[in-house]
Amino acid sequence: MNPDEIRLVILDILASIAPDEDLSNLDDDVAFREQMELDSMDFLDIVMELRKRYRVQIPEDEYIQLGTMSSTVEYLVPMLRDVQSLA
Amino acid sequence: MPDRPPDRERIVITGIGLTSPNGNCLQDFRASLLAGQSGVVPFTTRYMGEVLAGVCNFDELKYQKRKEVRRGTRAGSISVYCANEAIANSGIDWEQTDRSRVGVYIGTTEHGNVETENEIYEISKFDYDTSVWSHHHNPRTVANNPPGEVTLNMGITGPHLALGAACAAGNAGLIQAVQMLRLNEVDLAIAGGVSESIHTFGIFASFQSQGALARHEDPTKACRPFDLDRSGIVVAEGGGLCTLERLPDAIARNATIYGEIVGYAMNSDASDFVLPNSNRQAECIGLALKRADLAPCDIDIVSSHATATGQGDIEESAALRKAFGDESRPVINNTKSFIGHAMGAAGALELLGNLPAFDDGIAHATINLDRPDPECALSQIVANEPLDLGNVDCILNNSFGMLGINSVVIVKNYV
Repeated sequence: MNPDEIRLVILDILASIAPDEDLSNLDDDVAFREQMELDSMDFLDIVMELRKRYRVQIPEDEYIQLGTMSSTVEYLVPMLRDVQSLA
Repeated sequence: MPDRPPDRERIVITGIGLTSPNGNCLQDFRASLLAGQSGVVPFTTRYMGEVLAGVCNFDELKYQKRKEVRRGTRAGSISVYCANEAIANSGIDWEQTDRSRVGVYIGTTEHGNVETENEIYEISKFDYDTSVWSHHHNPRTVANNPPGEVTLNMGITGPHLALGAACAAGNAGLIQAVQMLRLNEVDLAIAGGVSESIHTFGIFASFQSQGALARHEDPTKACRPFDLDRSGIVVAEGGGLCTLERLPDAIARNATIYGEIVGYAMNSDASDFVLPNSNRQAECIGLALKRADLAPCDIDIVSSHATATGQGDIEESAALRKAFGDESRPVINNTKSFIGHAMGAAGALELLGNLPAFDDGIAHATINLDRPDPECALSQIVANEPLDLGNVDCILNNSFGMLGINSVVIVKNYV
């Protein structure tokens, strides 16, 4: 997957764990938590969904990389480079 | 004879919220009971295919955000819906209510099976890799999840408890509320029972293995308490919660009073895991009558527990004969014949659906009673059609459960 495809995957995950949020104006460089009602359990949902969908194991001390959309995509690019997009 | 309790120990029902397979508010539920309207439908459950169940269709999003629904459990959503409906129905000024003095007491038959089955099914798709087991599993399966979700949703900071009492749980929730109000632990209680049981295949499979799962080509005729052609239990979901207050508090705010809980009792069979015991049931009824300072002939309607299993119906019938003899009053009806067995919600729903009898004087029926079982031999059963009693002052509600847990609640019309 390329960065744009990964971004769509993250958006899809966010839509499922925060179904009341409007994600159309999400700022990729601002922390998710500053734009949405996301608590630690929601955050773990992002990690869990990536694990389920792509078998990506993210070490706990690297969760910080998932703070914004930009940092998340950047972090995931090498992990998902060889994964075919489902879109 | 016991003295009449002081007014501050008299506990009244002042608001009702419910969801039943045949109605999502008291008015609709009552109308369905009087019209003979069943709520039993075909239902597909994991591994077993099509079974019959009582299924609710209330709007989860009336009081919850989609995220709250996703985060929580079905029992939690049922509880949140019923609690909010009860508060709205009570007319209480909720914004001005001291929520540290509100208690939430919800009876459940079981809790956690739904989520555990779901998670095992989920990890089965990942070769049982437990790293994909949900981090939501623990907060969803703690026993206090249903009342806990109510406190989260409504900002209640007083105590909350789930009362695990098998199928006696609905009454148990109400009884706990009465006790806590009398102890001045809370000023307002939201109490009753809920069930999410239809969302676990295990309860259907277990009743099937026990030879006690109802089947019928017409779902509306599947639940047949006291009938020779019964084939067992129809599992249902649902919830029945009400607001309870001390009488002076209810009078002070000019509340509508649906009835006063004048007597209650709980006891244990101590005889079998699943088979009921008519002697202990009769003793439970007798103790509730004694505490209420009422004679058997003072009761107008008995809301029976009968689940449409042979042993259960026959034992409860024996208990009722012991407690009430063969007099024309009280009459006996049964709600499960309409909606199935709503487990933790059963006791509460079955009581609440009868309360409008204080106003309309009518006992709703037991439907699907075409060939009365002579071993039940209860002449007072209201069979198939509602019965106009003219005047109803006292309703006695039976609710019994596995491991031999019995509960009885008596509600008297407040005038």
